[in-house]
This record gives sequence, C-alpha cells and structure tokens, in this order.
Amino acid sequence: MSESNVKIHINNLTKIFGASPSSMLPLVEQGIGKGKLLEEHDHVLALDRVNMQLNAHSIEVIMGLSGSGKSTLVRHINRLIAPTSGSVLVDGEDVCAMSDKTLRDFRQRKTAMVFQNFALLPHRTVIDNIAFGLEVRGVGRTQLNEKSYFWLDKVGLAGLDRHYPAQLSGGMQQRVGLARALACDADILMMDEAFSALDPLIRSDMQDILLELQKDLRKTIVFITHDLDEALKIGDRIAILNQGRLVQQGSTEDILLRPADGYVRRFVADVNRTGVLRARSIMALKWQQEKAQNNAVVVQEDDTLRKVLHMMLKADSFNAVVTDEAGKAVGHIDADMVAQAVNY
Amino acid sequence: MSWSEFPSMSKSELRGLRKSIDQGFREFAAEYGESLEKFFDPLLSFLIFSERLLLSTPWPLMIAICASIAFVGSRSWKIVIGVVVAFLVIGYLGMWADTMRTLSIITVCTAVAVAIGIPIGILMAKSDRTQTVVSPVLDVMQTMPSFVYLIPVVMLLGIGKVAGMLAVIVYALPPIVRLTNLGIREVDSDVIEAADAYGTNSWQKLTKVQLPLALPAIFAGVNQTIMLSLSMVVIASMIGVKGLGQPVLKAIQNQYFAIGLLNGFAIVALAIIFDRVSQRYGMRIQRHRQGKSDV
Ligand SMILES: Nc1ncnc2c1ncn2[C@@H]1O[C@H](COP(=O)(O)OP(=O)(O)O)[C@@H](O)[C@H]1O
Ligand SMILES: [Mg+2]
Repeated sequence: MSESNVKIHINNLTKIFGASPSSMLPLVEQGIGKGKLLEEHDHVLALDRVNMQLNAHSIEVIMGLSGSGKSTLVRHINRLIAPTSGSVLVDGEDVCAMSDKTLRDFRQRKTAMVFQNFALLPHRTVIDNIAFGLEVRGVGRTQLNEKSYFWLDKVGLAGLDRHYPAQLSGGMQQRVGLARALACDADILMMDEAFSALDPLIRSDMQDILLELQKDLRKTIVFITHDLDEALKIGDRIAILNQGRLVQQGSTEDILLRPADGYVRRFVADVNRTGVLRARSIMALKWQQEKAQNNAVVVQEDDTLRKVLHMMLKADSFNAVVTDEAGKAVGHIDADMVAQAVNY
Repeated sequence: MSWSEFPSMSKSELRGLRKSIDQGFREFAAEYGESLEKFFDPLLSFLIFSERLLLSTPWPLMIAICASIAFVGSRSWKIVIGVVVAFLVIGYLGMWADTMRTLSIITVCTAVAVAIGIPIGILMAKSDRTQTVVSPVLDVMQTMPSFVYLIPVVMLLGIGKVAGMLAVIVYALPPIVRLTNLGIREVDSDVIEAADAYGTNSWQKLTKVQLPLALPAIFAGVNQTIMLSLSMVVIASMIGVKGLGQPVLKAIQNQYFAIGLLNGFAIVALAIIFDRVSQRYGMRIQRHRQGKSDV
C-alpha cells in the first residue's frame, strides 16, 4: 500500500479518562493495561498507544467489543475528543494543532458523521435536517435546496421531506442521518455503529445502500461496528480493538485466516466463513499440471468458498482449478485446503 | 450566663447598626435617586404609552384583538369564546379601564422579564460558575417577602409605576431565567455532539439547536412569569400602580366585600386566559416530539 494512499494517520494515540490523565502516561508507557489502571489508579485507559493508518477511498472498519474504545477512537479524527498523547493527521495535517476556527472549517468540509442513535434535530423537518451541515457552512439557498433534495432522493426518502424525524421509523431516520452526512460532500465519513440500532433486515438494507453509494462516492469511510458479519460485509479492511489496544488490522481474509491472537480467534470463531473467503485466498499458489486431476472443476479467483464447495459437490470432485479473469489457471484447491479454511 | 437567653448584641449596638445602614442607604438614595429615575425614564414612557394605547383602543376592537391572539395561540374556539365572554362581563361590571391598565403592566413586565431573563438563562447554561452565582440570587428574589424590597425601591424611585413594575419584575423574573437555563442544559447531549461534529460555532449551536429545543421549557417559564406578575398586582397597587389591584386594596381597607370579589375575579379571569392560551401554544410548539402529522 503506497504511503500517498493513506488519508488518516493515527500515531501512538493514547486517551485516558480520569482526574489526572497525563500523570498516568508513564504507567501506560510501561504497559500497565486498562484493567490494572482502572483498579489501581481509578483512570480509564480508553485508547492505549494506537497506531493505525486509514486508506483513502476505502471502507475501514473498526471493530471490538463494547467498551473497547471504538467511539473514542473515531471521535479523535474530528477532535470531538482530544488525545491525552499522540496525534492524528488528516491529509498530513495535525488535527490537534488546529485553531478553533480551523477546526470548525475542517469539521464543516472534511468530515461528516453518522451516529448510532441518529442524533437528528427533532424540531426540524427531514429536509432541514439534511440541509443542516450545508446551512452551518453558509451555503446559499438554491444550492442548499438542490443538494438536500438530491440526497433525499438518493437515500430513498423522496416525498418525506416535510415530515419530522419522530414520524419516521428507525431505519428511515438513519437514512436522514446518512443523507445529512453525504450532503456535506466531505472526504471522510465516520459512522459510529450507525446501523447497530436497526432491525436485522433494515440493517442489511442500509448496508446495501451504503455499499451501492460507495461505488460512486469512493469516500474514506470509517465504519464502526461490534458485529463481525457486518464488518466482513462492509469492510475493505478491518481493525480490531481490544481494551483500547489495536490487536490486528488487515483485510477481511487476513483476519479470518491469520488471526493475530486468541481474542481475534474467538471473535471470528462463529462466523460463516464460506460466504466470505474467496478462492484466491485459500488456493495453493502454483498450479501444477500434474497435480490436477481430470475431474477437477474450474472456478474463478473471486468465487466465494461457498460457491467453490457447491461446484465441487455437484461435480463429485475435490479438486478445483482456479483461473483469473482472463481464464488463465493461477492455482488449485484440494480437499485439505477446503477443510483447513472452514475449520480454522 | 443562662442558656435560655441568646447572647445578642446590646440594644444600643443594634440600633447603631440599623441606623448606619439606613443612613447609608438614604445617602445613596439622595445621591443616585435622580439619575436612577432618569435611567428608568424610557421604561416609564413605555409603560405610559402602552397604557394609553390599551385605554384609547375602542373596546370592540380590543376584544377582537384579544380574541384573535387567543385563537392564533390556542387554535381553540372554546378558549376564544371564553375570552370574549370574560371581557364582555368585565366591561359590563365597570372594570374595563382597570383591566386594561392591569393588562398593560403585565404585558410590559413580561416583555421586560423575557428580554432580561432569557439572556441571563443562556449565560447560566453556558457556564457552571455563572449558574452557581445566579442561582442563590434567584432564590432570594423569589423568597424575600416583596414588602422588604418595596422599601428601598420606593426610597429610590418614589411611589409610582416604575417602582411597582420593578417590584413585579423582581418577583416574576426567576422562573424564566431558571427554565431557560434548565431547557438549554437538558438538550440531548447526542444532538449537541452532532452539532459540534458538523462544525457549528457557539452562536449557530445556540440559535439552531439549543434555543429551539429549549423553547417548550422557556415557554413554561414565560407562562409562570405572567402568572407571578398577575399575583403581584395587588401588592404593586400599594405603591401606586393603577389597575385591578387598587380597588382590591380599597376593598380590604374599607371592607367592601363585593368590590374585592369582583376585581379579584377579573384578575382570575385574566390569569386563566393567559394560562390557557400560552399552555396551548406551548403544546403546539412541541408537537413534533410526539410525531403527530399535519404540520
Ligand atoms: N467521557 C468518559 N469518561 C470516562 N470514561 C469514558 C468516557 N467515554 C468513554 N469512556 C470509557 O472509555 C472506554 C471506551 O469507551 P468507548 O470508546 O465508548 O467504547 P466503544 O465505543 O468501543 O463501546 C470505556 O471503558 C468507557 O467506559
Ligand atoms: Mg461506542
């Protein structure tokens, strides 16, 4: 991954909540850990020396159990929370060094946020909620109207512009939240458990809407969730936090196939990996002519493990040849590889 | 030394203390009374103007105006009819002029209380320190018997409209301040966070988020302020404020039961009208919270 593709640098970020956070820093440097710091010193170690890079134009998922520091981390990106130590650079600019005015400008133009409990303005209609970010920025009436109605349509709420948030279901309210964020035209979209409060079916709809929009938008999306299935579906990469520490950051397949520690392993234990893993990531790289048997099925690099299995069962074969888009053979899969991938 | 008697200052010391306080205040009054009166001159002209306006408006027009305000505020025909009947009866029983005078002072007092109270409430909500300082002052304003601060007010400004109005405002101001403060502080912290995340400055946050969401609370404060001003009408009449309070005062002094009763009822009628209209209005402005349709 080339350096220029990194949108957000998070450098050695530590956040301590309590009476005297900075006095706790030496202990944190010695690696005291969240549990001990709370027990012995009555301070909460929300983030423990986190180093992370978030790439432009991709969906970066941050995952972890409740209390692992996800919300705290994402709020450092637009400095809703200021760090105890460490720094956050967005496009190379230090967020913590900004003056109040610069920070407001930065929040108006560079970042937009979607919240778990929607955080809409109850006294404003749907359309006025969507327009909020633009209005704060001082965008003129015509342009503001045009953009707001455009996004109202895009999230599928056409005709509901004059309704109040309380008149809408949770799913629809979050569409308003999403439209409000997208209307700002910001490079960075931060979504803090944005879909977690929604029913499973509606949540799935919203994930589809987001993925569909992202195809055109190609924003940097920082997507927070505690749900692995959501993370796997949405994320280009996943970062896993545990007790304020970053334990692993990698592609979905990295996380599934090469979990960094027991915490990640437990996290991924229950997931149905056949729908996530792709032929490319489980095949043996070098395809050797002699190893292929004549009843081998031919699969694509991008096919999921589920599809590979399905084809194998149908052909009553446990051999597959993996081809690239051009149809050139690039590897093969046999029964052992399948077994290993399924029962990690 | 006996424990049943408190070891107080000696009588002469006490007398000395009281004397020096009185003396000091008298000197202050002599020195600044006039300039204070000057300071309040615009207020006095405003009071006189509004009283003249109400008194010179033809009564049918006045009733029509009040009825329309009631309708716009409450959207309820029942309340509108109540207003018209109440005014007709009040007029028929010879209390029209006094009612207009009372209406005038209540309106001016409420306007002044709102103009002073809301900014103070906002400042209180913005800073915990301000809240710590202002809260006890409000407590004193509300619990100190009015007669006590009537004395210095009269000493400074003399008997008359302005003194009466100040007395009313001192008493009626606290609820609007308190409820503005409370309303702003109780705005959902998630919504405030969202406003911050979208880069609002503090003025935008105040006008686009905090005040609109605090409006129902602020309105409850205005309602209470109106009620408290009305309840001060009789006391204010003791220092020369004309209106429905004066006949009541006369009735107390001369034991005219009927006059007291009638004027008392007129005050109650005004209170009920103000209360119902403003309550309905308050309910309407927070309707979006219940998610009812029809905008
Ligand atoms: N304002 C705060 N004061 C004290 N502790 C806090 C505060 N905000 C968060 N925390 C603590 O920091 C840790 C991380 O919280 P958070 O970032 O909200 O976790 P997550 O979003 O992953 O559930 C938790 O232990 C939480 O209790
Ligand atoms: Mg959270």
